[in-house]
Amino acid sequence: MTTAPAKAGWRFRQPSVIPGFGLTLGFSLAYLTLIILIPLSGLIWRSAALGWADFWAIATDRRTINALEISFGTAFIAAMVNVVFGTIVAWVLVRYSFPGRRIVDAMVDLPFALPTAVAGIALTTLYAPNGWLGSLLAPLGIKVAYTPLGIVIALIFIGLPFVVRTVQPIMEEIDKEVEEVAATLGANRFQTIARVLLPGLAPAIVTGFALAFARGVGEYGSVIFIAGNLPYKSEIAPLLIVIRLEEYNYAAATAIAAIMLALSFVMLLVINLVQTWSRKRYG
Amino acid sequence: MEVRVANVRKEFERFPALHDVSLDIKSGELIALLGPSGSGKTTLLRLIAGLERPTKGKIFFGEEDASQKSIQERNVGFVFQHYALFRHMTVADNIGFGLKVRHGPSRPSAQEIRRRASELLDLVQLSGLEKRYPAQLSGGQRQRVALARAMAIEPAVLLLDEPFGALDAQVRRELRRWLREIHDATGHTTVFVTHDQEEALELADRVVVMSQGSIEQIGTADEIYDTPNSPFVYGFIGESSALPVKVEDGQVWIADRPIGLPAPHAPRGEATLFFRPHDVDLVDECNGCIAGTVAASRRVAGTRRVELEIGGERQRIEIELPVDHPAAQKSRVAFRPRRWKLFPAA
Amino acid sequence: MADPEIKSYAPHHESLSAAVTESRPAKAVLMIVSFAFLGIFLLLPLIVVFNEAFAKGLSAYTEALTNLDTRSAIHLTLLVAAISVPLNIVFGISAAWAIAKFEFKGKAFLTTLIDLPFSVSPVISGLVYVLLFGAQGLLGAWLKAHGIVILFAVPGIVLATIFVTFPFVARELIPLMQEQGNGDEEAALSLGANGWQAFWYVTLPNVKWGLLYGVLLCNARAMGEFGAVSVVSGHIRGLTNTMPLHVEILYNEYNAAAAFAVASLLAGLALVTLVLKTLLEMRYGAEIAATRGH
Repeated sequence: MTTAPAKAGWRFRQPSVIPGFGLTLGFSLAYLTLIILIPLSGLIWRSAALGWADFWAIATDRRTINALEISFGTAFIAAMVNVVFGTIVAWVLVRYSFPGRRIVDAMVDLPFALPTAVAGIALTTLYAPNGWLGSLLAPLGIKVAYTPLGIVIALIFIGLPFVVRTVQPIMEEIDKEVEEVAATLGANRFQTIARVLLPGLAPAIVTGFALAFARGVGEYGSVIFIAGNLPYKSEIAPLLIVIRLEEYNYAAATAIAAIMLALSFVMLLVINLVQTWSRKRYG
Repeated sequence: MEVRVANVRKEFERFPALHDVSLDIKSGELIALLGPSGSGKTTLLRLIAGLERPTKGKIFFGEEDASQKSIQERNVGFVFQHYALFRHMTVADNIGFGLKVRHGPSRPSAQEIRRRASELLDLVQLSGLEKRYPAQLSGGQRQRVALARAMAIEPAVLLLDEPFGALDAQVRRELRRWLREIHDATGHTTVFVTHDQEEALELADRVVVMSQGSIEQIGTADEIYDTPNSPFVYGFIGESSALPVKVEDGQVWIADRPIGLPAPHAPRGEATLFFRPHDVDLVDECNGCIAGTVAASRRVAGTRRVELEIGGERQRIEIELPVDHPAAQKSRVAFRPRRWKLFPAA
Repeated sequence: MADPEIKSYAPHHESLSAAVTESRPAKAVLMIVSFAFLGIFLLLPLIVVFNEAFAKGLSAYTEALTNLDTRSAIHLTLLVAAISVPLNIVFGISAAWAIAKFEFKGKAFLTTLIDLPFSVSPVISGLVYVLLFGAQGLLGAWLKAHGIVILFAVPGIVLATIFVTFPFVARELIPLMQEQGNGDEEAALSLGANGWQAFWYVTLPNVKWGLLYGVLLCNARAMGEFGAVSVVSGHIRGLTNTMPLHVEILYNEYNAAAAFAVASLLAGLALVTLVLKTLLEMRYGAEIAATRGH
């Protein structure tokens, strides 16, 4: 496989002596086409075939709107909680040395490794009215399992590593001299953290938030057990898709999926913009 | 402000970085801490700043014992080699930071802070760059901002850690001259660390030469260069040649003959003779002189550097000759150092 | 401009001067908050899994695991992983080679495409196959006419699993191979090696730990995937139930002990994955791409 004539101003790829470009790119593209592009275009084709009026009717259906509100709302709250605690956890892991630091650090990845269904039933058992934590909260009048609060709890579990693992490497790179300079200029520790360190971490924190949020919006396995799944109250959008599918209402399932996909893409776009912006500005 | 370092010792996890160092810095002085890596010069600077605490000893700012004060209270301006600018703040915000974090009535108004920042920017010749971010500046510009930021708090003492170390040679020379001008204009007591002797000798009122955690010599550029007080300083500052010699009968000897250098007060026995390669007189008749075989001859800028083999031991030394000197063509050259110093052999 | 001085300062900076760290009480508060948060949200659920699994005794536990349906679920999970993981390894290496070793138009788009499954809800990942292969799907009629069964059968489960797990290996290898550059391969080629030899003797040894890392994460997700598989499986007991789906069925049948027994196997897999992952990071941290997470 050779490249186009050397004269051409536009070339598909830069010349290289390394072989295997055609083979590897060809295989990768074929694989991606079969696994994602064709199935995804099926989704788009379905949505397009739906027609604007039908699409609008499904999108503005009370149950759809409620499900989307619950998914996005709980994911937002959970991501906010994770931003606060995830940043603290990352700080403790990066800056303090204590016995078992390595194990605590490894444990942060548990939500990545633990199947979501397992997390779901474990959290449900934990927060059920007769569970270890549920029985402590019940006398206070706090119900977690089978309420939107339960969804938030599950999404905090799922989203934590996204924040910690995004913020941690940036924290490790903080130049200690910057903190020292702030101290020589008279800033106390709190001022140094609030005015010097956190603003520097902001792009990473925003990215971690967005990743946790995006994951939370689409999360299914860990949520459905603890949510109670009451329509209009604690029914998440992914579950509504499944319900519509089981009713053989492909049109409704497709429409909800399309809305979720569109919103996810907006999220991704925002993440990319934040990162490009901060790279451009702060180098 | 005067700064006095009194018998300071610093250990890092039992590893001694400074042994019993004392140093008096006069108010308004520009002092260079000069030494190779590991000599403890940066540690000394960080101790003065309060970034480290001494294991033993005290540091006084004027009459006050600064070792009791936190770093925030010491009011020192510190400039790092790699600038350590706050990336997410504009140039003006960087400079104003030290004023902004003050509490109560000592904090100037936002307007006053802005005015001070642009005043300092004028001083460091970066007028009009208030709104830029550090990433948009060159290395030299960043270091100027770092200096302006340090000066904004009216520091008791200005401390610079290899301030020009990360810059290329051209910018470095420029900033050197500029720093001297700023110092003369503002009169801050200033201590800077460098491993570049040219920088230290050219810039500082006094140079502190350090080696292995101790101060070797303190003096003006002339004192340090002309009368080094240890083999280390002789070797570290400027070019020098060293020869193993012997002292007997108030004379300096190489092997079995005296070389015409009287040393009436030197102790008898083995010693090392130091001299500057350019500080020699060529002699025709060797009657009490150093003579050697020319091993190599190189043209170095405006002079010719000749490498000589001396005596049976074939000790190699260098001397400098004018480019067109006929001696460079000869196979044997005889000379006598004009200025020299003897140190007893270790 | 190499400056020998810079390095020699490093140990000084390691010693945290009082100026750049928090006071002891502040440290203590932050650590307590962290440990409490991690304990409640991560550790407790994990303990609950094992506690519930053995709640009815060891015999109930072993019985739950040796149950015929459970065994077929384990079997199916292993089968699905055994098919999808190797396919994703081949894809990951191939995509990493094309992306890391060459400059070509559209590379950024390709990289984004590979990340896509991370930002798509697993339910949607399953849905797209239903829309394609289902009875009302695009190819549904054609498949039915030819007697090919994909949905609610093993092929559908494998496809959905591949969809959600294919980025893992590629994402691990791409930054790693980009960082290592083409120098080694070019040297091998100049010494007379052909492309395969350069890959086998030079590239692969350079990235083997990163590859293993990616495979580990890929496998954990493949065995644990729930949402996508749930949509395409049809939940036929003993036939199209993977372990996570089986956990759901047992749990919904109020057979909590059995559900947690199966869950404990998956939790064990997760722990093994975490241990291996940590060991790899400790031993070969420098040889593993810095992209942790996902």
